[in-house]
Amino acid sequence: MGKLFAVALVIIALVSAYPILMNKYPLPEDISTHGHQIDEQLHDTMIEAGIAFVGAQLVLAFFLFSYSGRKPGSRLKSFPGGAKVLVMFAFVIVGLEVLALGVVGQKAWATVYFTPPKADALEIQAQAEQFAFYFRYPGPDGKFGSIHPDKIDEGNQNYFGLDLANDVEARDDIVSGELVVPVNREIHMFLHGKDVGHSFYVRELRIQQDFVPGLDLSVHFTPTKIGRYEIVCTQLCGLGHYNMKAYLNVMSLTDFEKWLKDQSAQ
Amino acid sequence: MGEGSVQQAHVHAPPEGFIRKYVFSLDHKVIGKQYFALALVAVFTGMILSWLMRIHMVWPNTKFPGLELLSKVGAPGGIMTPEYYLSLLTMHGTLMVFFVLTNAPFAAFGNYFLPIQIGAEDMAFPRFNMMSFWTTFLAWFVLMLAFVIPDGPPIAGWTEYAPLSAVGKDAGPGMAWGASLWGLSIAIFCIASLLGALNFIATTLDLRAKGMTLMRMPICTWAWFITSCIALLAFAVLLPACILLILDRHAGTSFFIPGGLVISDRLQPHSGGSPLLWQHLFWFFGHPEVYIAILPSIGIVSHILINSMRKPLLSSKVIIYSMMSIGFLSYMVWGHHMFLSGMNPMSALAFSFPTLTITIPATVMTLIWLGSLYGANIQINSASLFALGFISMFVAGGVSGFFLAQPAIDIYLHATYFVVGHFHMVMGVASLFGVFAATYFWFPKMTGRFMNEGLGKLHFWITFVGTYCIFMPFHYLGLIGNVRRYQSFVDDYMAPYIPLHKFITISALITGAAQLIFLYNLIYSRFKGKLAPDNPWNATSLEWSIPSPPPWNNFGGKHPVVYHDPYQYGVKGSKGDFVMQDSPEQVIVSGD
Repeated sequence: MGKLFAVALVIIALVSAYPILMNKYPLPEDISTHGHQIDEQLHDTMIEAGIAFVGAQLVLAFFLFSYSGRKPGSRLKSFPGGAKVLVMFAFVIVGLEVLALGVVGQKAWATVYFTPPKADALEIQAQAEQFAFYFRYPGPDGKFGSIHPDKIDEGNQNYFGLDLANDVEARDDIVSGELVVPVNREIHMFLHGKDVGHSFYVRELRIQQDFVPGLDLSVHFTPTKIGRYEIVCTQLCGLGHYNMKAYLNVMSLTDFEKWLKDQSAQ
Repeated sequence: MGEGSVQQAHVHAPPEGFIRKYVFSLDHKVIGKQYFALALVAVFTGMILSWLMRIHMVWPNTKFPGLELLSKVGAPGGIMTPEYYLSLLTMHGTLMVFFVLTNAPFAAFGNYFLPIQIGAEDMAFPRFNMMSFWTTFLAWFVLMLAFVIPDGPPIAGWTEYAPLSAVGKDAGPGMAWGASLWGLSIAIFCIASLLGALNFIATTLDLRAKGMTLMRMPICTWAWFITSCIALLAFAVLLPACILLILDRHAGTSFFIPGGLVISDRLQPHSGGSPLLWQHLFWFFGHPEVYIAILPSIGIVSHILINSMRKPLLSSKVIIYSMMSIGFLSYMVWGHHMFLSGMNPMSALAFSFPTLTITIPATVMTLIWLGSLYGANIQINSASLFALGFISMFVAGGVSGFFLAQPAIDIYLHATYFVVGHFHMVMGVASLFGVFAATYFWFPKMTGRFMNEGLGKLHFWITFVGTYCIFMPFHYLGLIGNVRRYQSFVDDYMAPYIPLHKFITISALITGAAQLIFLYNLIYSRFKGKLAPDNPWNATSLEWSIPSPPPWNNFGGKHPVVYHDPYQYGVKGSKGDFVMQDSPEQVIVSGD
């Protein structure tokens, strides 16, 4: 039965690796300027992890095949070099890998989080709530009106709690249920949580960031391809979590300006 | 390490009467079996919940006969609502992590075998031991109450992230009393685990038999000891976190709730708290908990492998030191669960590096197991199959951790099925493989009877192939961006992948059904199994030197003396290719 197990291990290792090798489950198309770095890092890690996974399963299978079902009293052998060789191998090979990924591999993270947004980045505020996203543009004055939680009135579409009567900066703010952005322009997005924790995830943008109530966070990214992409919530936020979605609509600059104008007119 | 300490008189009188023998027993062996039974109830409950979730996910209109009896609101007409899916998800995770993965490999087998393996008559504090089980039972009972209250169980997941978990009924169904019962249950569980951990530590340090130096303890004893140290620190943090959560919910405090939150159209009467505080406290416990679940199985598997290989590991010490370093590092990595939580992005680097570093001791252990198999005389039985299967699962689940330890990759894979596949394989399945191996291996000692080998092997094959069929595709789904904790996939994006989800569901049903074979085998063999001699596996450690099942005081009032390290295999002993730990005979190494 040990030999059968060895054969099963080989089959399982190869069948598990097959979809990856054949790229049966490809990452969605990358539409950001930074995404290729994440993809490359993931690709490199896949090669290393793949070799480790398949290698270990095959070695396990080989030893099982060779050393199970032997006659009782068969001569025992020791691994050449003993534990020392294996420990050194783990420290050197895995240690180098850890160093490489732990230090060099942080470049992609740094691009997303340590590079400040450009001064001319388009500022948009995103609000997450049970179970919708709303996006706010500052309007012609370039300034967002202040948020007043006590003035939130969903019935009258005052999702952000703007004080339209007294706050001049709030009056020209544009609020949309869809994230509409121009292509090839950097977006600096501020995340505001209205109620519980949520998360902003656009697969194609390679961006995921939590909304934390009480903590205003920001991310920045540059979409590079015109199209409509799904935004999903990835932080369990309550009964409608599975249905909390919005869309990212990347337009040409002309279309975007027209859209903005139309929204202002409303 | 010096000589082992001579055990003191911590002995209780022989148990008399049904209650003292089987219910409020002070005997560590009965308590171990009680933990095992509770874990068994919890694991089958958790498994049935996962069946219900998996079926609902791919066939959302399935009527579950009887589910309406459990919750009229959650399953009107027997059809599960989206929110009830989340309730079941929360209960599945909580039952499995706390009441199965902590109880079975650690509390159950640790209780039964740690004292015997060190030559003690019982735990250092038998009354504490009894209390820790019954406190755990109370925690389970309080959690189960959430099923029967009108509001149902909470919907915030086993991580109970604040403020969703902290604001009460406004947050949704199950978040009124259901979430309070969750907090109370886990707080009680923490107290029980702290009592248990203290007892394990005191027993290991104080009650070792003469000659039982620390380095002569079996690897599984070491694993339970290291796990106890981790548990002592981890549950000591989760306990106050749960108390603060309960205070936020019922005493009007705002530890985890900031000001200005509008939930269910109501401005919440809180201010000044931080949702991230809950995450820090929770994961300061949560990540070490992964090792609380896996280290005992690492120890158990090493112990069983050595016996099955008929030769010692290349180095037991290296395994022990690796377990220690994993335990130490486990406290430096909790932030990798929070890369995208909004904490300072610089901290991601600080948490990423030690997380990646854990790969080193994990690789060392894997290489030691593999290298030790070289030139061995591997005996195949149900126990060794599960032990060998553990190595395969440990590697499969471990390598995916390498992706998630890198913050940049986590941006894409966080909260996807890749994560679900990763932790189910390494923390769930691998750990349970250790439990299965332990059950088949020690059953003859615990009952005096063998488990049925044919059924055991059938159980292994279906479970091994089945778990790969379930959890390997989870990784592929993660790669295409399949988000977790969704009760169904209503968008076009996921539509092409529904057939794969159906395949997973069918695999889960078959693999789950195979566990009924295990249950049958367990019950059948307990009463009708083939009678086993005292040392059926020709093993060396102290548990095999006493009758099966062991008498109430383990060694019949004698004090064993230990002469050797626990793994004298492949030698010329008077009984065969092994010499027992308590045998004074000189060890003659076989000609090599």
